[in-house]
Amino acid sequence: MELFNTKMLRLTLLAAMSTGLIACHHDDDDDPQITPPPAPVEVTYQVTITNLTNAQPFSPIALALHTEGNFWMIGEAASVELETMAEGGDNSGLLGLSIVMASATGEMPLGPGGNETFEITIEDVTDAKLSIATMLVNTNDAFTGLNAWDLSELGVDDTWSTTAHAYDAGTEVNSEAAGTMPGPADGGVGFDASRMDVDFVAAHPGVVTSSDNLPSSVLNSQHKFDNPVARISVTRTQ
Amino acid sequence: MKKPTKVLTASLLAFACQSAYSADLSIEIQNLTQGIYFTPLLVAAHTPEASLFELGESASTEIEAMAEMGSLDGLMTVTTSVNADVIANPAEGLLGPSLSTTAMLTTDDSNTVLSIVGMILPSNDGFVGLDNWQIPSEAGTYTFYLNAYDAGTEANDEIRASMPVPPPLDPLLGTGGAGVTSQETNASVHIHRGNLGDADSSGGSSDMVNSIHRWLNPVAKVTVTVN
Repeated sequence: MELFNTKMLRLTLLAAMSTGLIACHHDDDDDPQITPPPAPVEVTYQVTITNLTNAQPFSPIALALHTEGNFWMIGEAASVELETMAEGGDNSGLLGLSIVMASATGEMPLGPGGNETFEITIEDVTDAKLSIATMLVNTNDAFTGLNAWDLSELGVDDTWSTTAHAYDAGTEVNSEAAGTMPGPADGGVGFDASRMDVDFVAAHPGVVTSSDNLPSSVLNSQHKFDNPVARISVTRTQ
Repeated sequence: MKKPTKVLTASLLAFACQSAYSADLSIEIQNLTQGIYFTPLLVAAHTPEASLFELGESASTEIEAMAEMGSLDGLMTVTTSVNADVIANPAEGLLGPSLSTTAMLTTDDSNTVLSIVGMILPSNDGFVGLDNWQIPSEAGTYTFYLNAYDAGTEANDEIRASMPVPPPLDPLLGTGGAGVTSQETNASVHIHRGNLGDADSSGGSSDMVNSIHRWLNPVAKVTVTVN
């Protein structure tokens, strides 16, 4: 029985393949007017980010369009790519993730009070999700951004605005100590592969600073922040 | 023009009808903080006339017991007396940093608003709270964030002896703090000003650790699914 079934299957497959080949051949010869594929539709978003903090420059901002996955999840361990961005400001790992379909990045840090506008374009996808990530550089591992925001409801010329909270990557203890933070308040090291903290992403508890009784902190009252830390505005331009 | 109007009327009617029926809810509560624990939570659907707490008003003794000691006994009595639909302690204990818990709640017709409370630790009388959120009659998923409140019933001295110290907190809290303050200026329910803490685990003013036992609002994320 088994042999017979296998044979039957093979025969059926062969028949199907021949039919397919014949059909293709027929199309090519007798019907030269093949419908050209539709021209790709470009979907473009204009994204403006404003730094709302007093003295926390944002590392070069990473923007990504994707349909799968997340750059982070609260309660889960940070990826090495997120850790690298949150501790040192280098976003190349995040933007190199396989889920990223289109991306944009800032060239320079964005200072307090400043704003920066990006354009990000994707072809034929109107249901992408937007993720944004940037480090608060005068911290150990604080970052802010947007986590897989669904753009499918945003039509051409529609604008959507929100504000963003500060997160803690949970990969480096918030010592605020000299040599541990890459920003101008310290000039210390950024990424360190060791994980010395809770090892899950959470809402950031805020910085303590030496002005508030953390003697080992090189930060002062200027570097404190509260939520929200950023304003984000997204307009679909085409 | 006539047709759209009819459709609108029909959907309004459906809306009105739905709101008269009970709701089948899934309520997920996530602790967003990095180092703060929630004591057992109370999740209650009740009538809009009832309220567990009001900003700017004195806390009830039941809220005081919850916010100072993590006790839900008084609140259970009160909510039961007004025929609320209540889930107590969905996490079956503390809800640790970044963890989530889900309460399934089927509400009676008249219980159209949702409230949530639970003490935050370490704190003297801090709590995470939701006050009379209108339960939508339309099926869907609704997400919002909760702040940390101060019951205004106890001075925030931040001393170990002034609060429950369950096992996960015990090794983290310091000892010998002199007390941050003996006064509470605002005796009504208000936004918690945050813990101060200090860097001295065997003295100083606070028994809390200033780089761990802090938060910025919001402290919780709530995702309600109306089925």
